[in-house]
Amino acid sequence: MARAAVQRRLTWRRGRVTRRVDETPRVRTLVLALEEDWPGHLAGQHVDVRLTAEDGYQAQRSYSIASAPEDVGQLAITVERIGDGEVSPYLVDELTEGDQLEFRGPIGGYFVWDETPGGPLLLVAGGSGICPLMAMIRHRAARGSRVPTRLLYSSRSLEDVIYREEVDLLAARSDGLEVFHTLTRDRPAGWTGYARRIDLEMLTEVGWRPDEGPLGFVCGPTPLVEAVAEALVQLGWSPDRVKTERFGPTGG
Amino acid sequence: MDFISRGFRGRPREQAPAGRLPPGQYMVRDFPVLSAGPTPHTPLSRWTFSITGEIDEPRQWTWEQFRALPTETITKDIHCVTKWSKFDTVWEGVSVDTLLDGVDTTAEYVLAFSDGGYTTNIPLQDLTEGKAWVAFAFGGEPLEPEHGGPARLLVPHLYFWKSAKWVRGLRLMSENSPGFWETYGYHDYGDPWREQRYSGD
Ligand SMILES: Cc1cc2nc3c(=O)[nH]c(=O)nc-3n(C[C@H](O)[C@H](O)[C@H](O)COP(=O)(O)OP(=O)(O)OC[C@H]3O[C@@H](n4cnc5c(N)ncnc54)[C@H](O)[C@@H]3O)c2cc1C
Repeated sequence: MARAAVQRRLTWRRGRVTRRVDETPRVRTLVLALEEDWPGHLAGQHVDVRLTAEDGYQAQRSYSIASAPEDVGQLAITVERIGDGEVSPYLVDELTEGDQLEFRGPIGGYFVWDETPGGPLLLVAGGSGICPLMAMIRHRAARGSRVPTRLLYSSRSLEDVIYREEVDLLAARSDGLEVFHTLTRDRPAGWTGYARRIDLEMLTEVGWRPDEGPLGFVCGPTPLVEAVAEALVQLGWSPDRVKTERFGPTGG
Repeated sequence: MDFISRGFRGRPREQAPAGRLPPGQYMVRDFPVLSAGPTPHTPLSRWTFSITGEIDEPRQWTWEQFRALPTETITKDIHCVTKWSKFDTVWEGVSVDTLLDGVDTTAEYVLAFSDGGYTTNIPLQDLTEGKAWVAFAFGGEPLEPEHGGPARLLVPHLYFWKSAKWVRGLRLMSENSPGFWETYGYHDYGDPWREQRYSGD
């Protein structure tokens, strides 16, 4: 199905926004209604979104599909507002229930998880880099999969943690998902989690040993992705077991 | 164009000179990074560049030999499939014409191969006659590993994923064979002016 989904011609579609969810002060989820001919997606794939101004000017950007493939009939993207951005402030602040959004996809076939590559899984996210990983976590939960999975998630502060309640609830099911947060800027009083950027030591504590045959997905701003991927290779991971995706040109 | 995004105006547009920005692209000043896995770090002492495949005598250069070849300074606009374009990027590199000088081949396609197992396919005629280089410097500095150093292919007239990072050689082929991103649904040729992003575009 992976190949079939990506090799078909990707035509532009229109989806109606059925719901908006405030995730953090800077991040909002948009749920779009899907037509029946949507081919389905794999956890980790993204869509391209296209905005058209009245004078015909268009802007396109990519957004990961955050919802699980099992969540049929709709698709969720989660967007972080970038201060001087062209597209993200529109999606976060302007677009509302009932509005239409043009998009096409699903796109990408490498940064995907489908239970078959096995595990154990290490998911490492920085900020909105959680979005494609959330699709994997939701897919795993929807499938009732027990593949041992650890999420290491770096955010600036607790209020910047996207999907916090849902992730905590899923971790509480004790079905093999463990969640580790690190807060790089502000910590609430009594915070017992990590309080620094992800480093070798943290990955040694949280990550799997290379001989456990782990598969890693790393997503976020480029400096985080570079540092984490490099550290995993240093820890003895085979480079082809470390899949990366970068959202932003600069640190976030 | 019958669809309008309610309330979307877009950024002031005079910043991109007319005719320089391919459809669906926008201009950036920084240099975003895109890759599928960890950045390889091959020491220069172990680095080689090879021409293999449909060639009577395969060629290979060590880093020192490669750097002794004539170089060119190249100023080009580059266009990434993730929508950003960057104007007037300045590179230093060895022309593929130099690397293929005197090679007699019936091959029509090339598979560029890189450290980390990354590959990309390009018609041979898109690499010759001053259209492609193996670049080792960007903006006057040695090319950083995260941007493909020590050397990357530079094929500026195609989407930038065709400019394979960490390139280690060219395999000359008589038949086309998709590379890494191409097998994951990206376009076989990747012309930004025809907006050939994905298979079928
Ligand atoms: C495969 C892929 C999947 C993506 N998935 C998501 C997703 O699920 N959620 C999401 O919010 N974004 C995602 N992105 C990023 C998204 O495509 C846009 O780049 C982002 O929303 C910024 O667009 P913009 O038009 O608002 O800003 P632009 O107008 O493009 O840029 C404005 C300024 O912000 C800088 N900038 C751009 N992006 C970032 C960033 N991420 N962090 C910090 N600075 C930045 C630019 O360099 C520029 O200076 C994804 C990108 C890719 C390539």
